Amino acid sequence: MADVTYREALRRALDEELERDERVYLMGEEIGRFEGSYKVTAGLWQKYGPKRVRETPIAEEGFVGAGIGSAMLGLRPVVEIMTVNFILVAMDMVVNHAAKIHQMFGGKVRVPLVIRTPGGAGAQLTAQHSQSLEVWFAHTPGLKVVAPSNPRDAYGMLKAAIRDDDPVLFHENLVLYNLTGEIPDGDEDFTVPLGRAAVVREGSDLTIVAHSFTVRRALTVADRLSQSGVEVEVVDLRSLRPLDIETVAESVRRTNRLLIAEEGWSTYGVGAEIAARISRACFDDLDAPVERVGQAEVSMPYAKPLELAALTQEEKIEAAARSLLRESGVL
Amino acid sequence: MARAEERTTALEIDPADARRLYRVMALIRRFEERTEEQYTRARIGGYCHLAIGEEAAHAGAIDPLREDDYLFASYRDHGTALAVGSPTAAVMAELFGKSTGVAGGYGGSMHLLDVERHFLGGWGIVGGQLPIAVGAALALDYTEADAAVLCQFGEAATNIGAFHEALNLAAIWNLPIVFQCINNLYGMGTSVTQASGEPEQWKRAAAYGMHGERVDGNDVLAVREASGRLLDQARAERRPALLETMTYRIRGHSVADAGKVYRERDEIEQWRSRDPITSFAQRIVEAGLVDESELEEMRQEVEVEVAEAIKEAAAAPAPDPAQLYAHVYGDEARGEQFARMDAGAPFGEREETRSWRT
Repeated sequence: MADVTYREALRRALDEELERDERVYLMGEEIGRFEGSYKVTAGLWQKYGPKRVRETPIAEEGFVGAGIGSAMLGLRPVVEIMTVNFILVAMDMVVNHAAKIHQMFGGKVRVPLVIRTPGGAGAQLTAQHSQSLEVWFAHTPGLKVVAPSNPRDAYGMLKAAIRDDDPVLFHENLVLYNLTGEIPDGDEDFTVPLGRAAVVREGSDLTIVAHSFTVRRALTVADRLSQSGVEVEVVDLRSLRPLDIETVAESVRRTNRLLIAEEGWSTYGVGAEIAARISRACFDDLDAPVERVGQAEVSMPYAKPLELAALTQEEKIEAAARSLLRESGVL
Repeated sequence: MARAEERTTALEIDPADARRLYRVMALIRRFEERTEEQYTRARIGGYCHLAIGEEAAHAGAIDPLREDDYLFASYRDHGTALAVGSPTAAVMAELFGKSTGVAGGYGGSMHLLDVERHFLGGWGIVGGQLPIAVGAALALDYTEADAAVLCQFGEAATNIGAFHEALNLAAIWNLPIVFQCINNLYGMGTSVTQASGEPEQWKRAAAYGMHGERVDGNDVLAVREASGRLLDQARAERRPALLETMTYRIRGHSVADAGKVYRERDEIEQWRSRDPITSFAQRIVEAGLVDESELEEMRQEVEVEVAEAIKEAAAAPAPDPAQLYAHVYGDEARGEQFARMDAGAPFGEREETRSWRT
């Protein structure tokens, strides 16, 4: 086991998959000589050359489409979209093409495509560069969406995504790139399967469900609440579609309370989906209404105090948790 | 590099070529006429875009394709499928929404394909297939295949962003692809002069440093010659090209459109008189390549072939609703991956509610 950053975990997964399978190639803006806008592909262009690490012009619709077409012929492209905000000009390719192909053509063609892209906010990047849009894709049958929260999962899930025969939207997070953690060393067949959530902290009083960077915030909130004598269980979804609702339900059956926290807007979000499913699966287990918290329903403003007020910060998650616990008489 | 040529081709073909090209165009024509009739009898649903009048543009461009090449098309794809050799009965069955259809009844009229013959689809979003076809060319280049891609689309597709991005990528990456713009003068009811700042689409190739040319799309030999030459160039020299084939859609945009409110009767009649099939027939008979009786024999053959296809399609089984979720995902592990989303449902739908939903 070695301690590496989330960024390095991704880079290592890409390196190993490029090494393992000739059909794997990378494509995206500035991923070659420039080493990637967030340096995830550092050194790979030098190691594998321009054919395996293909630099593109600014043409997301064009090169996502090219990724799809090459995947239909048996290659295994890993396309980087610099940030999720830029994928909007390629939505037709992702939703109307990649997601549809296998079923629309009667199961005769597969699209083993991975689209890696970071979302997230917090660096004063403002309205057009601060979004979390992963639910747009998780809404769509035909796509798979994963959103790992730590280096080990990032490493194992990226390898699993590249080996998967369906289109996978791999959601990263700008704030997570520098997070460090252990990843397995020298086991190139290590993968983390899609569709499995993880209980990352055990507790008996409240379940907080989160994904991506918000898992880190939830863990901080859990530590704070622990000082008030409340034990929070944190479930890291890891995968949004397929969604592991069973792990969430098992947790709620133990804690009887559920809060969903997410970085994106709550309305029609991950929390809405989990709440709907848990209200049925755990109707007799709940001691309080399911609660959810997300980004303020605004376009992200620039000024720091406004940005902080909009983010799904620890304070907001904690306040929602405390309110829920008070409502059911625990606090 | 770009140039426009309205070339009339000398008949440098042998009788076998003449018969093959005539037969496939006659097959497309009869298939489309009978399809229109079946649609009005409500045996075909959804959208249905006919290629009557455009047979030479389809058949001529597809004829020079080799086994290793790939083909992409728009939603006006019945002629494409027949020209590439897909079984007529399986194409008709797809239109009928039957499980024996080329896409098992999941695709319909707009989404025909034939993986075996490297025809990778009829696509429903105007111009959406262009970037994807570029990706296929990228894969051919990646694997150093001696092959190329032919990507067909209507002239209205040249106005969307994907057209620009696709041609630019093909140009900067030197990909083996021929973009065939089937210019039938109208995108639904909007004329090409109304929609395009430069209505001569072949000229747009210059913006990408790419070869562009225009041929008479109702002259099957002119189309075949240009397509063959440009595909050769794409395979051997990795040079993409834009080929504009000028033709006319005799019917409306789809079966639901009579095609009359936005164009003059004279215009339609004028194009009718330039019918690609009868003019080709006349040329090959005059050149002594075939005689009229052989043509009549072929017309009888395709008449029977299409009639049989309709009969087979009508008798074929409809897809089983139990197969609704069959192809949403393709990976072998899909069942395991989705197993915890909701017990008993393939991809997370609640089993107990599915019955009242459908």
